[in-house]
Amino acid sequence: MLEIKNLHASVEGKEILKGVNLKMNAGEIHAIMGPNGSGKSTLAQVLAGHEAYEVTEGEVLYNGMNLLDLDPEERAREGVFLAFQYPVEIPGVSNAYFLRSALNEVRKHHGLEVIDAADFLRLAKDKMKMLDMDKSMLNRSVNEGFSGGEKKRNEIFQMAMLNPKLAVLDETDSGLDIDALKIVANGVNTLRSADNAFLVITHYQRLLNYIVPDFVHVLVDGRIVKSGGKELALQLEEAGYDEVKMEALQAAGIA
Amino acid sequence: MSSVVEDTKRVENERHDSDAIIDSHVAQEYKYGFYTEIEADSLPPGLNEEIIRALSAKKNEPEWMTEWRLKAFRHWQNMEEPRWPNVTYEPVDYQAITYYSAPKKKGEGPQSLDDVDPELIRTFEKLGIPLEEQKMLAGVAVDAVFDSVSVATTFKEELKKAGVIFCSMSEAIQEHPELVKKYLGSVVPQTDNFFAALNSAVFSDGSFCYVPKGVRCPMELSTYFRINAMNTGQFERTLIVADEGAYVSYLEGCTAPMRDENQLHAAVVELVALDNAEIKYSTVQNWYPGDEQGKGGIYNFVTKRGRAETNAKISWTQVETGSAITWKYPSVILKGDNSIGEFYSVALTKMRQQADTGTKMIHLGKNTRSTIISKGISAGYSNNSYRGLVKVMKGAANARNYTQCDSMLMGDKCGAHTFPYIEVKNSTAKVEHEATTSKVAEDQIFYLMQRGLSEEDAVSMIVNGFCKEVFRQLPMEFAVEAQKLLSISLEGSVG
Amino acid sequence: MKTTTEFNQMYLSDFKRVESSLNGAKDHPVHALRQAGITRFNELGFPTTRHEEWKYTNILPLAKTTFKASFRYDAAGVTPETVTHFSFEGLDCIQLVFVNGHFSAELSHTTDLPEGVTVLSLAEAFNSHPDLIQAHLGKYAVADENPFVALNNAFIQDGAFLHVAKNIVLEKPVHFLYLSSAPDEPVRSHPRNLFILDTGAQVNVIEHYTGIENQTYFTNPVTEVVLAANAEIHLIRLQDESKNAYHVSATQVVQQRDSRFYANSFDFGAKIVRNDPGMRADGEGTHSELNGLYVLNGDQHCDNHTVIDHAMPNATSHEIYKGVLSDNARAVFNGKIFVRQDAQKIDSVQENNNILLSDSAEVDTKPQLEIFADDVKCTHGATIGKLDDEPIFYLQARGIDREKAKTILTHAFAYQVIDFVQIEEMHPYLNKLLSAQLNEAIEVVL
Repeated sequence: MLEIKNLHASVEGKEILKGVNLKMNAGEIHAIMGPNGSGKSTLAQVLAGHEAYEVTEGEVLYNGMNLLDLDPEERAREGVFLAFQYPVEIPGVSNAYFLRSALNEVRKHHGLEVIDAADFLRLAKDKMKMLDMDKSMLNRSVNEGFSGGEKKRNEIFQMAMLNPKLAVLDETDSGLDIDALKIVANGVNTLRSADNAFLVITHYQRLLNYIVPDFVHVLVDGRIVKSGGKELALQLEEAGYDEVKMEALQAAGIA
Repeated sequence: MSSVVEDTKRVENERHDSDAIIDSHVAQEYKYGFYTEIEADSLPPGLNEEIIRALSAKKNEPEWMTEWRLKAFRHWQNMEEPRWPNVTYEPVDYQAITYYSAPKKKGEGPQSLDDVDPELIRTFEKLGIPLEEQKMLAGVAVDAVFDSVSVATTFKEELKKAGVIFCSMSEAIQEHPELVKKYLGSVVPQTDNFFAALNSAVFSDGSFCYVPKGVRCPMELSTYFRINAMNTGQFERTLIVADEGAYVSYLEGCTAPMRDENQLHAAVVELVALDNAEIKYSTVQNWYPGDEQGKGGIYNFVTKRGRAETNAKISWTQVETGSAITWKYPSVILKGDNSIGEFYSVALTKMRQQADTGTKMIHLGKNTRSTIISKGISAGYSNNSYRGLVKVMKGAANARNYTQCDSMLMGDKCGAHTFPYIEVKNSTAKVEHEATTSKVAEDQIFYLMQRGLSEEDAVSMIVNGFCKEVFRQLPMEFAVEAQKLLSISLEGSVG
Repeated sequence: MKTTTEFNQMYLSDFKRVESSLNGAKDHPVHALRQAGITRFNELGFPTTRHEEWKYTNILPLAKTTFKASFRYDAAGVTPETVTHFSFEGLDCIQLVFVNGHFSAELSHTTDLPEGVTVLSLAEAFNSHPDLIQAHLGKYAVADENPFVALNNAFIQDGAFLHVAKNIVLEKPVHFLYLSSAPDEPVRSHPRNLFILDTGAQVNVIEHYTGIENQTYFTNPVTEVVLAANAEIHLIRLQDESKNAYHVSATQVVQQRDSRFYANSFDFGAKIVRNDPGMRADGEGTHSELNGLYVLNGDQHCDNHTVIDHAMPNATSHEIYKGVLSDNARAVFNGKIFVRQDAQKIDSVQENNNILLSDSAEVDTKPQLEIFADDVKCTHGATIGKLDDEPIFYLQARGIDREKAKTILTHAFAYQVIDFVQIEEMHPYLNKLLSAQLNEAIEVVL
């Protein structure tokens, strides 16, 4: 589904990603862990196509397409979804209007009919129930005045509505209490299928108790220095990133 | 907050160490109000072409300079004094002013500090200007303007080694005519405005600085201005040119003796920052503000402007506490792409002072950026106005401006005014202006007093905190001086 | 070229003509106001851009156009269908229609007024309510420095008159519809409105200025509003004149203690617009909200000069003006806030936000504070520029293309001001005008 090859990216001339390689198949959940500033969020933004991030080298193949050639909206319509770490507030634009527009763009792209207001509302209420969200949220402006937890839940709600093939969750767990975390995880687990894949970016192992990954990758200083199964997350939690980093460097014969 | 406390403490200590001036007053009297008796060599009062020719001749100027002055004068005659500032004052009788007075020289003029009139040196010492050892140790070159003629210049040799030219304007006209010809009036033309035209016609002296390509000026340059001698208008002319890739930081500070008549000061400062150059210009202005009834005090009508070429940066920082009337808008023309302009200002008015000050940022080049931080404090019966213009021209794609303009009122007889003009002609620009007006909160004062500070010290601490963003822009020793000045100025303004 | 005072001639001779036709009515006290008005107008003349208050607005095209003044009612082709076209669907309201400044009884609906509520044409009120006219007309809108207030004074003939007695709450909104119709030659009108609310009274008023598409005319309204203690008015001002029209207005509100003033002002039409809305507090504890939206395209020019004058303590004011400009449009905003000496405990917020959609458009803004009291909290802000990148990217990341994302965000930016309008039945109408002004391919309905 996704293949990232030797990806280099920089922001304002500063290189952040220094050769990332990653392969994901449908039905898989991959977790990317790493210390602050290691490039986790940059990877997420590059996959979504944020123009502030410049890809200087490498390629990203997504279902046979060259992902980097696509505009952000084309990626979204092809099924790439980014749950933002810091969802932006958009005053004046209601959630309902926004999400119906988005959903219809995706549907049009796949040759489906646009969804009418009543069907949309039915679908939305359904998904909101799953995420324990109040339906009044639909009439509020996008993320405006939302608490941190509400913003994150709103991201997962949008994901549930758009039903993407590849979902990138950028630190969706940070700032959530355990109850909210369970709700978010439950949302992801419900959506999980043999046809889609999740890339879960996190700083903490905690989330991975609830969203169990098939693979865990450790990103340090713009490179994946170690990959393994779900047990790697626990190791990291106990040993910390420095140890893994050292180990990786030793393995590479640098230190 | 803790660093505010530290800074203020440091200022406190210095204040207590200095002299007894702090203890006495209800209304702070002008600390530097004394008068130095020096025999003056003056022209008769009045202004006409003859006076200008005589002035130019006294200074032994070349013909082109005399003509340059006359052109300005002829234009000035047809100009009107600006009426738009939010200030009122007795009309100035331009024919009653003496346009030239110079301290008498001993022989051929001072070769070293020993040659300088000891009376003058003592004046500077009383002002707390460490012209000698202290500044030498601090590595600061001082070009002191006493009245209109430069009388002492130090560190010239060291600057010479770096290729930096730093001298009086009179000397520059004699020694570096090609540079003066090229840049004088290139940012502020002779015909720019009423006061600039007047200055161009009669400027007596000032500072000139040229930093050659790629040179980082090895020391902070500073000039202390001082007005003295009865009825002598002071018309400094300053020109600073930073050639490509050069850097210079220039400090200007002023104090003036107490006087009953109003004194006119109409200076012009021009800054030229060529490609990749940077100029930092800092001012602490503490001229005589007049007495409590608004009698006396300096009229400060200044034109300051810089031009920034490609990738260049010009930064103005000012702390204005003095003068009866202030009319001053240090500006930057952001001509080159990616150029940067900054303006940081603290203006404090008390008693009957009136200040109308601010800046202009003219965005011409692409990706140009400007920042304006203005802090106005009004006390007593004073009026404090911020007047600013941010103009984004059609070609200035991606121009950015951020303006923050805060006013603080102390007492209910004063006024704070904000007149920001914003003109945008480019759709990719982003201009943001924020302004607030507030007073020193009683709970803040109470909190500090509960911790043992006097009310005045508490207010002073809060006000210094209010101005911190600006003080941070000043070189260290200047920041201390500025905080001290603010604290002294505030005394008697509480309540 | 003529000097601006030469352009006064047409107005002076028109005035003489009206005056000679007045006969006995010349002794009416209102006529003194007219005479003072023409005198002052003649002294001031049309302002030039050298005048600080007119720095960015050149009204020469207006000054040099010849307009025909109509001194009596004529339907001028306006039909009930025209009125329906400019009405708000589903809104149950009291509707007074004016054609070229004159009240049209045949087109208006003024039945079912509750006791204590008077809604009349001003011409009628001269006779029926002489005391109120005498006490208030011309007492608040100041003609000293504003030639267009002087001009309106000179030609006071008709307009809207509203009086709500003590503690009466008028549930139905009042829709004053000012239609200009100039099928043959440019016309001008000077509607004069007077709204008086007694203690505790409450009302919603819509002042709606519009006209027949593409016709050239000049509307010069002046509105005076008196709010007695604890009264409340929601004043919605909708200006949607023809794209060839000139609109120069002034509104002056005087607020007594604890009164509330909510203004929502929309400028979508006209070629050159200048509005001078002002509020003055005459008592403590007032609350004022001035919100405005201007959405301009083509060569439109719109200038709003607002004044909030806190002359009394313990008051709050909120002001937000927003603008979206495309093509060669130009907007001017000058927002003055005064806090007079002894007007302590004032909390005042002012914002002016603009989006430029074209490099030929221009915004000149001057949010101005003049504060003379120390225990106040005043903030103002202004922004001019393009849309933020992050929300655009967020919408793109959800599959909405960049152009559509911009359309949605621009619409939402402007719609906020529509959302302030308490009369929800007006929202669809206003939204349609907004979409049309933004040249949206499909109407965005948020």
